[in-house]
Amino acid sequence: MSGTPTQPFGLPFRVKLAMFVRMLAVQGSWNYETLLGTGIGFVMEPGLRFLPGGIDGPQYRAALARESRYFNAHPYLTGIAVGSLTRAELEGVDPARIERFRSALASPLGSVGDRLVWASWLPFCSVVALCVFGAGGSALAVVGTFLLLYNAGHLLLRAWGLHVGLARGLNVASALGNPVLRQGPQYIGSATALVAGVALPIALQRVVGPGRALVGGIIVAALIGLLILARLRERAEGWRIALGVLAVFVLYSILS
Amino acid sequence: MSFMEALPIALLGAVLGLDVVTFPQAMIARPIVSSTLAGAFIGHSESGLLVGVVLELIALDTLPFGASRYPEWGSAGVVGGALFASQAKGMPGALPASILAALLTAMISGSSMVILRRLIAGRLERSRALIEEGSRDALLSLHLSGMTFDLLRGAIVTMAAMLIFSPLVRAIVATWGSESEYSRAVVVVVAAMVAGGALWKVFHSVRHVIWFFLGGVGIYLGLRAFA
Repeated sequence: MSGTPTQPFGLPFRVKLAMFVRMLAVQGSWNYETLLGTGIGFVMEPGLRFLPGGIDGPQYRAALARESRYFNAHPYLTGIAVGSLTRAELEGVDPARIERFRSALASPLGSVGDRLVWASWLPFCSVVALCVFGAGGSALAVVGTFLLLYNAGHLLLRAWGLHVGLARGLNVASALGNPVLRQGPQYIGSATALVAGVALPIALQRVVGPGRALVGGIIVAALIGLLILARLRERAEGWRIALGVLAVFVLYSILS
Repeated sequence: MSFMEALPIALLGAVLGLDVVTFPQAMIARPIVSSTLAGAFIGHSESGLLVGVVLELIALDTLPFGASRYPEWGSAGVVGGALFASQAKGMPGALPASILAALLTAMISGSSMVILRRLIAGRLERSRALIEEGSRDALLSLHLSGMTFDLLRGAIVTMAAMLIFSPLVRAIVATWGSESEYSRAVVVVVAAMVAGGALWKVFHSVRHVIWFFLGGVGIYLGLRAFA
């Protein structure tokens, strides 16, 4: 991922590593009041120790308090916020400006991350794993493919976010215009649809097992159900429908 | 299943339940992974994988957007995989009953996450003054206790689900009246329609998406013809 030239920022590697590892737990204190806020403070804390006076100094305490307030973002993109806010705090940027920047950054980091990761990358990796299963892959092959593929994207995104945040400070807005973030969901969506066209039939074929004589009926029933669900979109939760149908079927099967 | 037999499964559920939101969100909580791992714990990873695939298809419908409420698949996948892998091979009711138990666990576990988030908010309220003063200890305490509670939450949900559903699934399997092929077929239809509906819900705005999907189906048919 490239973009505007970046400035190197002098935090020791071990501190960046500590922030990266803490970033994996950024949602550890997620709650309905401050959402990710306290998590952001938790992740930034190793970097804030470099403020004048260290952890006993008033600047450290003021910055930690400020950064632990309400914040929301996609967890994988918090690195952008963490990096840029850490740099701003260490460079002594006016607190009021930091507060404004924090408020402005939250929404884009949430929506961009949700579209790219939850609504694109995760379903893509799932259907690739289903494809491996349908092709006869072993448990290790299916799970290994899913975890390696997914986490390649996951860890890269987190590391890139922290790097770009530290390098650009408050000038990080242009990073959100990165082609991967803007156009990624479109391309990944197309790829997911293509892979799903292969993965769904072969995975389901393997699950059906001995009932292959019923394949015609299964396809028709699934298509009818799919059309109903697709028409209902957000008004219906598929997993709840699955729960209801299976509950009725189980009841029927033990009473018949 | 006794408490001691369920304990390793509950520990697995705790670790994978933690992954859903808290740490490290590497998607080891996805059912395709969690069910397979649970099956491997019982000694039948392939059985766990089968349940995992069905649950993964259903889980495509739920995207963990921010503050939205969603089922928790980490513990649920473990419960489904462990229950199915514990049944004798070829029992027709084992798959639907295990999937049903996993879906109920996912629902209950999702509610437990809401309770946990309220609990953390309550703790935050009590330590707000200290955090507003920039107390490092108060912040670390809040954060680490949140993670610990989540670990405990996963363990408790998984343990409770195993202790409740294990005898229930065994009883259902013993009294099952539907034929084997129909039992599988119903599960497949449910999984297929939910997965298809979910993919459509997510990707319907992608340009030419239907053509990409049909292209994939064409590749599948081509591969079948040449196989």
